[in-house]
Amino acid sequence: MNNPAPVFRDRLPEPMGLMLERQKTVEFIFEGERITGIKGDTLGSALLANQQWVWSRSFKYHRPRGPLTLAGHDANSLVQLPNEPNALADRVPAIDGLDVTGQNVNGSVKKDKDAVLNHFGRFMPVGFYYRAFYKPKGVWDWWEKQIRVKAGLGIADLKFKPEYYDKAFLHHDLVVVGSGPAGMMAALKAADAGADVLLLEEHTLLGGSLAYSEFSDCNNPEQLRQELMAKVRQHANITVMTEAVCNAWFTDNWLPVLQGKRLYKVRAKQCIMVTGAYEQHVVFRGNDIPGVIFSSAVMRLMKLYAVKPGERAAVLTGNEDGYLTALMLNRQGIQLCAVIDMRQASELSHTEKNLVDQLHQKGVQVRFGQTVYEAKGSQRLEFIEVRAITSPGEVSASLETIPCDLLCMSAGYMPAYQLICQAGGQLSYDDQRAAFSLRNLPDNLYIAGSVNGIHRLSAVMKDGERAAIEALNALELSDEAVPDVFCDQKVNFHWPIFKHPKGKDFVDFDEDLQVKDIVNATRMGYRDIQLVKRFSTVGMGPSQGRHSALPTARLVAKATQRTVSETGVTTARPPLTPEKLAYMAGRGFDPYRLTSMHYRHLELGAKMIPAGLWMRPAFYPKEGQRLTGSAASPLLLQARNIRNACIENESLHVRTKVGLIDVSTLGGIELRGPDAAELMNRIYTFGFLKQPVGKTRYAVLTNEQGVVIDDGVACRFDEDHFYVTATTTGVDNVYRLMTFWNTQWQLDVDITNVSSAYAAVNLAGPDSRKVLEGLTDLDLSREGFPYLACREGFLNVPGCEHKIPARFLRVGFVGELGYELHVPSRYGEVLWDILMAAGQPFDIKPFGVETQRLLRLEKGHIIIGQDTDGMSHPSEVSLGWAVSKKKPYFNGCRAVDIVMKRPQTRKLVGFRLSAEYLVQNQKPEEGHIVLSDTGSDSSITGNVTSCEYSPTANAIIGMAYVGIEQSEEGGQFPIRVDGGSVVMASVVSLPFYDKEQTRQEA
Amino acid sequence: MKVMTCPLNGPRNINEFVFGGEVTPLPDLQAPDQAWAEHTFYSYNGTGVVREWWFHSASGYWFVAERDRTTDQIIKTYDPSELAADIRTAMLDVDRKMFGVERKTEEVAP
Repeated sequence: MNNPAPVFRDRLPEPMGLMLERQKTVEFIFEGERITGIKGDTLGSALLANQQWVWSRSFKYHRPRGPLTLAGHDANSLVQLPNEPNALADRVPAIDGLDVTGQNVNGSVKKDKDAVLNHFGRFMPVGFYYRAFYKPKGVWDWWEKQIRVKAGLGIADLKFKPEYYDKAFLHHDLVVVGSGPAGMMAALKAADAGADVLLLEEHTLLGGSLAYSEFSDCNNPEQLRQELMAKVRQHANITVMTEAVCNAWFTDNWLPVLQGKRLYKVRAKQCIMVTGAYEQHVVFRGNDIPGVIFSSAVMRLMKLYAVKPGERAAVLTGNEDGYLTALMLNRQGIQLCAVIDMRQASELSHTEKNLVDQLHQKGVQVRFGQTVYEAKGSQRLEFIEVRAITSPGEVSASLETIPCDLLCMSAGYMPAYQLICQAGGQLSYDDQRAAFSLRNLPDNLYIAGSVNGIHRLSAVMKDGERAAIEALNALELSDEAVPDVFCDQKVNFHWPIFKHPKGKDFVDFDEDLQVKDIVNATRMGYRDIQLVKRFSTVGMGPSQGRHSALPTARLVAKATQRTVSETGVTTARPPLTPEKLAYMAGRGFDPYRLTSMHYRHLELGAKMIPAGLWMRPAFYPKEGQRLTGSAASPLLLQARNIRNACIENESLHVRTKVGLIDVSTLGGIELRGPDAAELMNRIYTFGFLKQPVGKTRYAVLTNEQGVVIDDGVACRFDEDHFYVTATTTGVDNVYRLMTFWNTQWQLDVDITNVSSAYAAVNLAGPDSRKVLEGLTDLDLSREGFPYLACREGFLNVPGCEHKIPARFLRVGFVGELGYELHVPSRYGEVLWDILMAAGQPFDIKPFGVETQRLLRLEKGHIIIGQDTDGMSHPSEVSLGWAVSKKKPYFNGCRAVDIVMKRPQTRKLVGFRLSAEYLVQNQKPEEGHIVLSDTGSDSSITGNVTSCEYSPTANAIIGMAYVGIEQSEEGGQFPIRVDGGSVVMASVVSLPFYDKEQTRQEA
Repeated sequence: MKVMTCPLNGPRNINEFVFGGEVTPLPDLQAPDQAWAEHTFYSYNGTGVVREWWFHSASGYWFVAERDRTTDQIIKTYDPSELAADIRTAMLDVDRKMFGVERKTEEVAP
């Protein structure tokens, strides 16, 4: 093709357009118009190449807004994509066929019907929504709807298709955040010394300012960039991630990095933040009109995208970057109608004077000590009004009005401080340089380059190396002396704020805040910068104060007669950039545990519920009653009825025949050694020294405050061997406590947490002995293996030679004749299978944990954590019998002694209610409160901890804490149930079932 | 997330560790209730370096860390056998007195 496509003609010649692949075009739609760009364009650069300078409307006044930073740092560039609101037009690549629209508009960005709000500014003073719309009472409900429509940002697509987001972990010696000249130098220096380096770059191109900016001490930054980049890319010790945002800093250099659809959790031994600096705007009336733009943005536009930024350009500067921009514009053939320096000619450095001379040689005159006082234009800049600066912020009468369509601002820089302040760095303001600098960095974190206040390229590169040397020394990879880096380049103009009586002199573009808004906030008493922010909303918009923090600090300092350092800036909190919830919601790494019989429960259709980290069967519904999804919600009557029926049937089955439950989730701790009994004795409340071998004993554990925190069964298999069970969720705590004390006591005992090494079942019911008889050689008779005995033995596997080693415990558990069998986990499924097979002639049925709770409640057994709370001492839960009064010490003994001597105020009692209350929907539930009496001035004396309908007792039974005066057997106490009605429960003695304990001892 | 160096396993994320309180010997069993109440409920909350118990969950290992309460900097971590001699003696002292005697408490104040 000899004829270039029409779109090419508008663009600047190479080497401008670093991002572009000039042979390929892209087409997308913006606000219904077809926009043609070149491959490599962002939406924004393509729009500007097509003379579309209005991108959005402002938040409050609906003023037209266009490009400002072209770096994705401002809110002007927010546009709506089909499935994504608040996309940054200057960052999103132009893609064929994309349908892009404006946001926050009533109509289109060019013709926004709400633009009329621009003329009602005086009715919307700072904080107006805190002050208006609230009277008369209730009117806010109406106003809120109107304001939400007018002040909203993009629209979320509620029909979006879920996408896959993931997480990954990375570990590096050194992470360098930012790949500008200092970043690349730091990475190379460190990598050369052998450090494993990760280099992060937010943009597509490596090189930071080298890619787009001009430097007074470097003629060919692109060549330098290519050289450094080649070295970085080829270095075996450097990993490079582009389009990767380090979105926060957390303790010890824990860095969340967002790239694509992945959240990287990066841990760095050392970290160098080379985050650069944000260019700052000049505050004057109309400084938001499209065409008023940062110098750096114009450079990006030309160098990266070869877009001609305008026909007649003006430059307003307070540093040498303005001159470099002017020279670049001149080289690209753009007419310079004014170069305005806010400083006096005498303030210029030698370098800057050279640049002025260069401009003179091109026929461009520079105005000194002047500023733009007002910019005018409706949809694009048309004129600037220039005035002389008489004193800081004050100007003379109008000097001249100059027609132009582009105004480049260079008023200085603000270090990209957010991540560093999150790390504990502090900003302090240097009046001489009129700039913030960062101090007080934590260990293992360094800063370099412009974020460190160093702007001259040669010094920036040295500063990168300097930071690398510091990191290398900390890594012990070098012992080089840390060089001093010096840079005298002053980049900030001290007072680039020119208040206009008619306002629209914007401090914060996101929130449409003008000078008077900030000043008025201080006059209303909000002197603290944090309060000014909250009242005026300055810095709360999408650009998070990148450009408003510095002018706000200056204005508040001046208005409150303090220094800028004293005023400071508002706290920068994570995340740095808006973070999609998908990054958080992506694949989680939550651990869960399954017992070795888990799949047998699934085959039987069990309803599974979580218990700690484990999954346990709650009950086993019949075929046709297995509800899933929302139908299984316990809030639904059908689901409740199925549950109740299941646990009734299962409990009756255990009481009359035989049942089997998986209790593998029980904790188990093995104690072996000569001092095993001594350790048991010092930890648990009961005496264990004289526990006979082959016997079990109930074990209660209290904490240092004398509160019951765990219970279990201690089995003594040998003089020097205990096996003690603990609650499912408590075992880790028990193990920790035992090892904690033995670290200090140094007893001769081995403590091992064997919870997951054993699978266990409880075989319970009058027929359980018959089921087990054929499976073991142990004497199972009442005399040979009595209640509370424990044995080690084997289980025969029918039809096979193999025997399973097993521990047999005869414990009460559900109050029937029963055996608890503990076997190595790998035999869990076999154990289940052989017991279910052997039990078939006796109609064995599995039962779940909900049924187990009912059965144990019928026996008056407490469940730690359900029937106890953070205050329950042994007497309150009637476990005084399990506390040895004689032995010198157990964990928490002194506290137990003290609290148990005090007059007791409450007690856990069993209560009973007629089953009729079920029909009336007045069954007490866990957590319902117990009242002192039924009168209107009654007080709360306790609460219900467990309550269930017991088919065996044909009554509602439960346990509740009641006042000590209510705890007498035969008395009654009121419970307030759902709906507010009060039922009277009768105190009964425990257990509810088989008071003589004959069944479990059978 | 903070990193702590386990004397047994090296540097690990802090969420692998469980805090075990300040290293303080138990009061004497004969000590008054007040002393036990203070030991149980009051802990010094001033500035300076504190010696603390920490537990590495994954390996079941208790060790000692010295931490600056002002900066939250972990100064060093070590095995309990390397605890300062005075602390170890105090612990053993309580041990010796504690076990093998009957326990007594004071009468409750009215």
